[in-house]
Amino acid sequence: MKLITAIFLTTFLAFAIGLFTFLPWWSFVFTSFIVAVAIHQKPGIAFLAGFSGLFILWTLLAVLKDTANEHILSTKVAHLFPLGGSYLLLILITGLLGGLVSGLAALTGSNFRKTSNK
Amino acid sequence: MRIVPFLLSSIATAALVVGLNTQLPLGGSKSPRLGYFLSPQQGFWQNAEATNQSYSENLNIKGIKSKVDVFIDERLVPHIYAENDLDAYYVQGFLHAKFRLWQMEFQTYVAGGRLSEILGEERLPLDRFFRRIGMVYGAEQTMERMNKNPLMKATVDAYANGVNAYIKTLKPDQIPFEYKLLDYQPEQWTPVKTYLFLMFMAYDLTARGATTDLKMTNTKNYLGYEAFDKLFPNIQDSLDPIIPQSTIFAKPSLNPIIPKDIDSIYLNKTNNSSEAIAPLIPNKNNGSNNWAVAGSKTASGKPILCNDPHLGLNLPSLWYEVQINTPTHNTYGASFPGSPAVIIGFNDSIAWGVTNATRDVIDYYDIKFKDTTMDEYWFNGEWKKAAHRIETIKIKGKPNLEELIAVTDFGPVMYDRSFKNASTEGKYLAIKWTANTAGNGLQTFYQLNRAKNITDYQNAIDTWTCPGQNFVFASKSGDIAIKQQGAFIARWKRQGDFIMPGTDSTYDWQGIIPNNENPMIVNPARGFVSSANQMPTDSTYPYYLGAATNFPLFRGIIINRKLAAMNGITAKDMQQMQMDNYNVFAEMARPVLLKYIDEKLLNVNEQRYVSILKKWNLKQDIAEQGATIFNAVWDSLSQEIFQDDFQKAKQPISWPDDATLLQSLLKDSAYAFADNINTKNKVETIQDDILLAVKKAATHLQQLEKADKLNWADVKDTRVNHLLKIPALSRLHLPIGGGKTCINATTDVHGPSWRMIVHLTDEIEAYGVYPGGQNGNPGSRFYDNFIDSWAAGIYYRLLFLNKQDAEKHEKIKWHITFING
Repeated sequence: MKLITAIFLTTFLAFAIGLFTFLPWWSFVFTSFIVAVAIHQKPGIAFLAGFSGLFILWTLLAVLKDTANEHILSTKVAHLFPLGGSYLLLILITGLLGGLVSGLAALTGSNFRKTSNK
Repeated sequence: MRIVPFLLSSIATAALVVGLNTQLPLGGSKSPRLGYFLSPQQGFWQNAEATNQSYSENLNIKGIKSKVDVFIDERLVPHIYAENDLDAYYVQGFLHAKFRLWQMEFQTYVAGGRLSEILGEERLPLDRFFRRIGMVYGAEQTMERMNKNPLMKATVDAYANGVNAYIKTLKPDQIPFEYKLLDYQPEQWTPVKTYLFLMFMAYDLTARGATTDLKMTNTKNYLGYEAFDKLFPNIQDSLDPIIPQSTIFAKPSLNPIIPKDIDSIYLNKTNNSSEAIAPLIPNKNNGSNNWAVAGSKTASGKPILCNDPHLGLNLPSLWYEVQINTPTHNTYGASFPGSPAVIIGFNDSIAWGVTNATRDVIDYYDIKFKDTTMDEYWFNGEWKKAAHRIETIKIKGKPNLEELIAVTDFGPVMYDRSFKNASTEGKYLAIKWTANTAGNGLQTFYQLNRAKNITDYQNAIDTWTCPGQNFVFASKSGDIAIKQQGAFIARWKRQGDFIMPGTDSTYDWQGIIPNNENPMIVNPARGFVSSANQMPTDSTYPYYLGAATNFPLFRGIIINRKLAAMNGITAKDMQQMQMDNYNVFAEMARPVLLKYIDEKLLNVNEQRYVSILKKWNLKQDIAEQGATIFNAVWDSLSQEIFQDDFQKAKQPISWPDDATLLQSLLKDSAYAFADNINTKNKVETIQDDILLAVKKAATHLQQLEKADKLNWADVKDTRVNHLLKIPALSRLHLPIGGGKTCINATTDVHGPSWRMIVHLTDEIEAYGVYPGGQNGNPGSRFYDNFIDSWAAGIYYRLLFLNKQDAEKHEKIKWHITFING
């Protein structure tokens, strides 16, 4: 239950802070960190929660944009990078990248909590 | 105990964020900031526009006087209905920015020599080139002059305000794709940017001379004047000029005086010197077709006007379609993102189009400075003070570069000790160019947008200076006309074909040809007017037109031949004619080739190619193999004949024209250049050269055939490149025929950039298409949606609507309302 709550909060807060587009793209580092501090879990679980939260958010947002766009732009970018024009691969990389940054932030949060509790 | 893992994970997080937030080296350029670029809330995903996106909105905007309605049709063409002209230009600026912001700004970065600012040091040579040729200087001059005309100032200002109003509404996540890719931000638009863009067009259409004058000088010095004059003659035997032959011209009002020392100092048949190459050379085929047929030759009895300007093909396109309707005018056509008004189009009463005049309006003068400070130069027997202009070039990640440009009476010193190349080494070359000396910018187009009859047309183009154009005209009232207009220099023969001495005024321009002496015809008996960048007149015109090799010869011949033969013409006929792939050059050249080919000396395979060539229908259609064979053999022949003569040249030289070679082969069976000067014991004949050319071409053709690429369209390989030359954003391998000597002058990256046909019936019937789309966003379905139609020769019927009809027309899909507030 704690895990689900942590994932949900990570997703929700990252989305909310992302609405302020004048802030840097990586602002969710702070929200993911705070979630991991507030809902304390073992480092591995915290990483999983942080990772999943952003993986879900970024994948979902990308899929929504991409579907409405009928893959016009994603296919071009997937040639540019180059991913052989595979928009699915591009969406996956988008999700993994957000997830990884957020997971590390959450891991830091989990470690921080242990540090302070000592 | 957990402090170490905490520190480690903090560092890992920070390192990852920094890594993903940095532009990394990637090939020759840089990657985007990956985290930012892929972030769905900020990065490129935001530019993935929904295919069912609605463009309708209500906008409260400061800076307009009354409400403006914009109806947008299914092709994303806006139809602007405003209650006054300035509001209309404000909204045109807003819409250009909304759909083409990155492109319009990028183009002015190129023109203004600012690419290093966004792309880094590698672009510095190009930036310096544009600064030194005087692009910024010229734009400032034009703006200064135009600002004295309150109407033009207000127009360009209103346009700039509209662009900026859009930029102000732009949220960080909504900036165009390319800004995110290259990682920079849009800046404010200013009126001088409009003039910079127009300078770029002037450069593209008139500045080939900046390269050719240097190469021609090299070639003349290398070969000697006599041989040079044979290879670059000033007579074209088969010329069919814009003004029909045997037209009588009035006596010239200017008689330029030839300097006394021309033979020894200028044409110097004895000594040797040197020259250079520009980093961005305007394409030789920058040209176009336009024609108008009178009612006497059409099925409807009303004139039809056609225009297809041939330019570099890019995405986003140079052109943007628009209709502008105000109480003073109702005009439709192709506009330039970056500039107000319509450039090629029609209104309720008339239609107009342009092709490039290709006259030489750019010259080099060899300046003698006292010392390397460039403070004083020798002129008319005394030391004269040079002005110094300093331009600051910003470079991404590096300190600024202060570019010092000396300015003489002739113009800015383009090449000096700090900016030079193999051809200009040791020289100070000042450039004199009509584009630098304050043109009239947009006034001509502003007036053409409002012209009602032939008098208005003449008044409108009368002020046009640079780039010189052939303005074609037709009106509902039945008039047709064409005039070559621009500021053209009254030259003595060969003046400005080479670098000129800059130590005294005898080599300077002696005057501009008066407008009423520029070539023009109105309602000729033959019932049509046309131009295709050929020489405007035959040799009886009393002024020197510049080197004949500046002017493409063949399209003019086939256009005039076809128009003369046609009657009962319809708009459909004109569409087919613009798409015509008949190669009139091949019609003349093939018999010469075939005459000299001795098939007994060829192997089976070579004979097979020759037999395809014989059977070829002379059309450069998509699947024609004969076109591929013809072009391969001709190019090999040109190499075979001239390669040996030029191979020892140390500097860039000019290659003789196909037209010149053909002319020589047609009349001279013992052509001197046919001999290979490297073979001491043998004098090669044309026959020998053609045999070798066929054999060499056959080797190449065999490779093409093996790869299954012998069809003409595969060899030509037409593409429309993104302005950044990124293949993923470009359209490659387009199925289209044509070639540089066909009416459909489509080559690999160049061709008809806007095809327009206007039938001046009571209710105007107009067609158009360009290789691009109205939306510059690569993530939009309107980014390149015209390209397939363009390649296939399919035209769109242009919607030319009054406001009442626009409100309820079935093809109008969206409605933007601009309200002052």
